[in-house]
Amino acid sequence: MENTANVIEMRHIIKEFDGLRANDDINLTLKKGEILALLGENGAGKSTLMSILSGLLTPTSGKVLVRGQQVRIKNPTVAKDLGIGMVHQHFMLMDSFTVLENIILGHETTKGPKLDFRKAFQQIQELSQRYNLNVDPNKKISEITVAQQQRVEILKVLYRGADIMIFDEPTAVLTPQEITEFIQILKELSKEGKAIILITHKLEEIKRVADRVTVIRSGKSVGTFDVAGVTDNRLAELMVGRHVNMRLDKPLATVGKTILQVNNLQVKNNQGIMALKDLSFNLHAGEILGVAGIDGNGQDELVRALTGLQHVNTGHILINGQEMTNRKVREITEAGVSCIPADRQKYGLIMPFSISDNLALQSYYQAPFSNHHVLHHDVINSHANQLIKQFDIRTTSSSVPVSDLSGGNQQKVIIARELSRNSDLIIAFQPTRGLDVGAIEYIHRQLLQERAKGKAILLISYELDEIMQLSDRIIVLHDGNISGEVMPKTTSDEELGLLMTGVKKEGSSVA
Amino acid sequence: MDLVAILSLLVSSTIVYSTPLIFTSLGGVYSENSGITNIGLEGIMTMGAFSSIMFNLTFASSLGKITPWIGLIVGGIVGLIFSLLHAVATINFHADHVISGTVLNLMAPPLAVFLVKAIYDKGQTENISQSFGYFNFPGLADIPVIGQILFQNTFAPAWVAIIVTIILWWILYKTRFGLRLRSCGENPQAADTVGVNVYGMRYVGVLTSGLLGGIGGAVFAEAISGNFSISTIVGQGFMALAAMIFGKWNPLGAMLASLFFGFAQSISIIGNQLPLFNHIPSVYMQIAPYAITIIILVLFFGKSVAPAADGQNYIKSK
Repeated sequence: MENTANVIEMRHIIKEFDGLRANDDINLTLKKGEILALLGENGAGKSTLMSILSGLLTPTSGKVLVRGQQVRIKNPTVAKDLGIGMVHQHFMLMDSFTVLENIILGHETTKGPKLDFRKAFQQIQELSQRYNLNVDPNKKISEITVAQQQRVEILKVLYRGADIMIFDEPTAVLTPQEITEFIQILKELSKEGKAIILITHKLEEIKRVADRVTVIRSGKSVGTFDVAGVTDNRLAELMVGRHVNMRLDKPLATVGKTILQVNNLQVKNNQGIMALKDLSFNLHAGEILGVAGIDGNGQDELVRALTGLQHVNTGHILINGQEMTNRKVREITEAGVSCIPADRQKYGLIMPFSISDNLALQSYYQAPFSNHHVLHHDVINSHANQLIKQFDIRTTSSSVPVSDLSGGNQQKVIIARELSRNSDLIIAFQPTRGLDVGAIEYIHRQLLQERAKGKAILLISYELDEIMQLSDRIIVLHDGNISGEVMPKTTSDEELGLLMTGVKKEGSSVA
Repeated sequence: MDLVAILSLLVSSTIVYSTPLIFTSLGGVYSENSGITNIGLEGIMTMGAFSSIMFNLTFASSLGKITPWIGLIVGGIVGLIFSLLHAVATINFHADHVISGTVLNLMAPPLAVFLVKAIYDKGQTENISQSFGYFNFPGLADIPVIGQILFQNTFAPAWVAIIVTIILWWILYKTRFGLRLRSCGENPQAADTVGVNVYGMRYVGVLTSGLLGGIGGAVFAEAISGNFSISTIVGQGFMALAAMIFGKWNPLGAMLASLFFGFAQSISIIGNQLPLFNHIPSVYMQIAPYAITIIILVLFFGKSVAPAADGQNYIKSK
């Protein structure tokens, strides 16, 4: 019954961590020359399953067959010898090493005791040309772009002679143009006979490249389908396990008065480099302004300057017409600014504190939460219980430390705290990062509700889909400047992608 | 004293004081490039110094001139065994590297002094009879001026240290082993995914620092102090650590930095024989090497970049 056309068969894979089943009886087959998508939400067990295949984890039970032979992949070296290579979501690269050193590490060619750099250089050049993966082998990783770093990862896998390649969320860090190039590379590789597994939660990508798709949900396999014969909505339902409304109802914006005014803002980052260079924009009540851009183009500094965490060098920030430049954090907060920070565990929450205490972080010093510096825990707790109900935070009690909550519920704690303060301006920085589809949907609805209440919302996100779905207007940040302002209805991913890489919009008024 | 004589004195004493620092800082370079911070170098030097002196006192009469050289090896091996504590604590038990290193530093002096008391029944040992000699480089010593300054009456272990530096630099940057060792200090998780044995490499890194730190302590004891007491190793391990940082975690850099610190130390010792310096009160001269160490650390510690994962534990998931 062995089917030799299947290069990989995983049968009844179970993997337990401290009694929790990350993989619960999963089956998967991969055929030669095909691109198989592995679809599932965050935490569904995709990465665990692939770590088993690449030898980083060993399954609790179940069988793995490679080219019809049952194998035990004890460590990455065994996987390498079987021709299995993985491109990880977080690149496994040494920043201070050269591209060449990164590629050869663990699979070095030597001449006597010495590394044979020349031979390796030639081999890498050959591979680069054959698969169209241009990158300078002598550059350091810290000197090249993220897309180039991904090529290094692909070259690493090819250099080891892999013909089974696993890609873990490969497009998460790429611009739309880079995604198109990447998809081209994938197709090229499969044409050369490589079998490819693509881990993703983006339905659109699956439609573009994959032949078949295997869906897993909470550690169990839901099924495998031909991509051509299944709709996006159906896939989303299979992934989440219930009906998902993919389209958000977004009524027209009723734009009110100007809430936030940013004039000629210049901000230096912690290294003393000018991170925001002459930034100006306005934000009105009842409006969502999306800030698109690649990570590291001034988004951090913008949020930090607006919330008073970073010194503004020149320029002005006005909130409700009031000068708020370089004011204290608490003054800004009390002037009506709520912020959902990008890193919820580092800036949004105090992890060992209870849900109640975290919900009171912005108001504990005021009545009725405290009097004469003494906290009233009964008030803090009843306030927390009310918000837990209102924002549907899933927990057994308000005294549970937030570190025990799931990512989605942690984010709900922040949302509850910030939105319940009824501020005029809401800064949402990557509000759905790392969350599953259900939680994303919930947070998007909350933001739209606030918009309907007439709040001004600044949405900074690296997820273009999110920006496109929610924003009424979009500005694109590139290298500390606004490289263009567009409307979501009239723009395209391609145009945004170009603006994100700094290509100025034609006819825009930038001198 | 004429200029050549002054330079000759300065160079030879700089080299003598640098040698222990070179060996020990090279050990630090290997440990930290593998990802294990090692502030226990001071304690490792103490153990190397103690064991080499004990060996020298016991075997000098039967082994003769070769004794101090074998003493170096003994000091190195004892240092290596002592560093095993640090390796087990940090690599297998994921202890904080600084705390584990501090344990070595706190443990070594009382242990060594206790053993001295138990074995010799006094607070410090006798002076050794077989010390390192000086030699003239055949051929090179005859070069006028330069030969007199650099190659006459020179200190043999220093030249060993320089050769070891070059070999260790070559291993670290030109061989497969070196690439893998550095990868563990840079990104152990990534190293693991390409099949590098992170724990194994880190053991090699730490034990190398034990071997070289032990040799460093032995050189100091057998060439400079001549006996072992509680005040034999007082800060040289930390100076070697500073030299490693100043030298940017590179063997060649660490060697040059060690020569600089050796120069600072030797100035404080021979300053009273030198014109100009002999007017400075000796207490300032004695403070100088430590003050310079602190200043260098303040100026360079923030700027020079350590291996990215230096000091981070790596816990392999099963």
